[in-house]
Amino acid sequence: MDDKPFGFGMSEEQSSMKETIARLMKSAVIGNPAHDMDESRTLPREIIDKVWELGTTVSMVPEEYGGYGIDYSPIMNTIVLEELAYGDMALAIAANLPSLFIFTLLALGTEEQKKKYLPLYCDAAYKPCAAAVNELRFQFDAVAPETKAQRIGAKYVLNGKKCFVPMAKDAGHFLVAADLDGKANLFIVDGRNPGLKIGEREKNLGLYALETYPVTLENCEVPAEDRLGGEQGCDYGKFLQKSRTALCAVATGVARASYEYARDYAKERVQFGEPIAYRQSIAFMIAEMAYEVDAMRLMTWKAASALEAGRDAKREAYLAKLYAGEMAMKITDYGVQILGGHGYIRENPVERYYRNGRGIAILEGMAMV
Amino acid sequence: MINLEMTQRMIDIKSSMNNMANSMLRPISRYYDENEHKYPQELDMFRTIKIMSRPKKKKAGEETKPETPDPKKLGQNLSTVLVIEEMCWGDLGLLLSFPNAGLGNAAIAAVATDEQMARFGDKWASMAITEPGSGSDSGSITTKATLDGDEWVLNGEKIFVTCAERAEVAVIWATVDRSAGKAGIKSFVVEKGRPGFKLEKLEHKLGVRASDTGTYVLDDCRIPKDNILGSAEVKQSTEGFKGVMKTFDNTRPLVAAMALGVTRAALDFTREKLEESGIKLDYEKNPNNLSAMEKEFYMMEAHLEAMRLLTWRAAWMMDNGEFNNLEASMAKAKAGRYGTLICQKCCELLGPLGFSCECLAEKWMRDVKITDIFEGTGQIQHLIVARNVLGYSSKQLK
Repeated sequence: MDDKPFGFGMSEEQSSMKETIARLMKSAVIGNPAHDMDESRTLPREIIDKVWELGTTVSMVPEEYGGYGIDYSPIMNTIVLEELAYGDMALAIAANLPSLFIFTLLALGTEEQKKKYLPLYCDAAYKPCAAAVNELRFQFDAVAPETKAQRIGAKYVLNGKKCFVPMAKDAGHFLVAADLDGKANLFIVDGRNPGLKIGEREKNLGLYALETYPVTLENCEVPAEDRLGGEQGCDYGKFLQKSRTALCAVATGVARASYEYARDYAKERVQFGEPIAYRQSIAFMIAEMAYEVDAMRLMTWKAASALEAGRDAKREAYLAKLYAGEMAMKITDYGVQILGGHGYIRENPVERYYRNGRGIAILEGMAMV
Repeated sequence: MINLEMTQRMIDIKSSMNNMANSMLRPISRYYDENEHKYPQELDMFRTIKIMSRPKKKKAGEETKPETPDPKKLGQNLSTVLVIEEMCWGDLGLLLSFPNAGLGNAAIAAVATDEQMARFGDKWASMAITEPGSGSDSGSITTKATLDGDEWVLNGEKIFVTCAERAEVAVIWATVDRSAGKAGIKSFVVEKGRPGFKLEKLEHKLGVRASDTGTYVLDDCRIPKDNILGSAEVKQSTEGFKGVMKTFDNTRPLVAAMALGVTRAALDFTREKLEESGIKLDYEKNPNNLSAMEKEFYMMEAHLEAMRLLTWRAAWMMDNGEFNNLEASMAKAKAGRYGTLICQKCCELLGPLGFSCECLAEKWMRDVKITDIFEGTGQIQHLIVARNVLGYSSKQLK
């Protein structure tokens, strides 16, 4: 096989997609709109629709399943997610929800599952789906869900409680992570399944604009053919690799937003007769933010490169997520700190980045590349 | 195109260099640490390899086209960075002692005329910049060069010169006109044995003891007029000085690569001990459900990966002819600092094995520290990064 050349340069396609999203974020999200979304705890559907209309996800789906058949590219997906999250993290997750379902099925579904479900979501209109992975308990671990699946005849019966399920009220389908005989599995659950109960909207530390719900599975019966990957189940590790890589891209976007805001603020803010950025104590924090944001992105690209090559990305995705989680906290903390008292006030976006950034190390299965 | 999967060629370079480092450098690593200033004869076999060479310049009048980088080919800088990481996984002090591979050789290869290349190209060259009163502020050096007929007369003192004893020639930074500031700084090749040139002493160091670091004293030392590298003319601008500083954009990723090698050595050893004690690293469990030691280990590995990617990017940009002043400093700032922290932490996790000279971990902790100091301290790197991203001059952000 011919080796793909090694390199860090964006292709024309990649930079033009990045620019397109950056323009959209600048005109419709960054600044007051993002602030209002957070305060009012709502994401206007027309912004999500605008992102969906760019068609990045649908374009990567083979034609036989309703897409345009352009090469599937996890790297391109990380570029898209970073740019969306730079605008707003809640929006990035919401806009990616159908993609989460689509990319998971593409990678891990059976032929029948792809044929049945992909065309439903490869649509001109945005239709949310959700993954129900997280559980509200101490020592939660995505690789070992407490939600249980049991095989009974031609069905699986799911029981357990999930949390942080985005847009559950509107989701057409759910990917539910559950333990089957000691191994984590994913099940496709119809939003109308009577065994799936959606609770009251949650209140969380961050992502105010994103509706998330607790979901209870109570003797939830799922046809056997809706176990992702069929009789053998799916490569659940791959699901985590792809979702972790996606969350790293989101983290990079949030961290960059905080870094750039604090950097520009430090040049404007005058104390003792000069901009505070003239002081090394501030300037060195800004330098550190600059190279750590780049490092986060490069580690995301590294994991995405392994995925793009079809290689196991377990180590790369794990380390990138660990790094992104730590750095998202550190950088967004620096952002608040550089603004001082003003950083603590909700008028400035750094306080929102700080709350949202805390989620990176905690959340699993919120986005997909 | 973005692709951070290593090519087969990169994998091959790494593995062959690692074999060499493992078989040739590791076995003598402790010996030359304990026998500071003793010349590592084992490295003599590398004398004939031209590490700092350059392609022959074309004849005068012949048109030279700038080379367009071939994206399919592995660039020179990226491949050097790979080699250095592996060699430093073996031993950083010994890498610095490789014959004919000094920083002076890089300076000569970069700017010497063909005639100078013929005279000095095969000689081991040290680089003498730092003075007792001038460290990071290399624009303030006081060593003087005065033209007297057909000769330059040099006076001054140079410290912290790598390969001070072993080098055959020294590239000396001196000012021809102090009032001109940085524009007056030029570099000169001084052959050992010139009257007035003296190796005053060798330093005793924290680490990289295999490398001989020393002091030169120049006392009315006379050298031929054409031993100056580049033009003798003092221009109004500081372009010349900036040009010299630009060579550091090329060498900073190499120093970052040194940090990668030593840090990986420490991490590999720590992993070995973790595994021997039955701790399996599976890259899967939620970090909350790991022991503190496991989590620390993963985090260090993640930092090493970040150091490496920043370094590779800076080298790759250079190979592609892109200006990399910012990225080169980012790489060195991160790698020098985190290399130091990680090697310290490995000693901590290793417990007594990290304090005893029975193992090399304590040595790596001493060795890696130099990467956050030489060729621009971590603080200088942070300044460069900050000035770049804030759009400030050196006057605005001091």
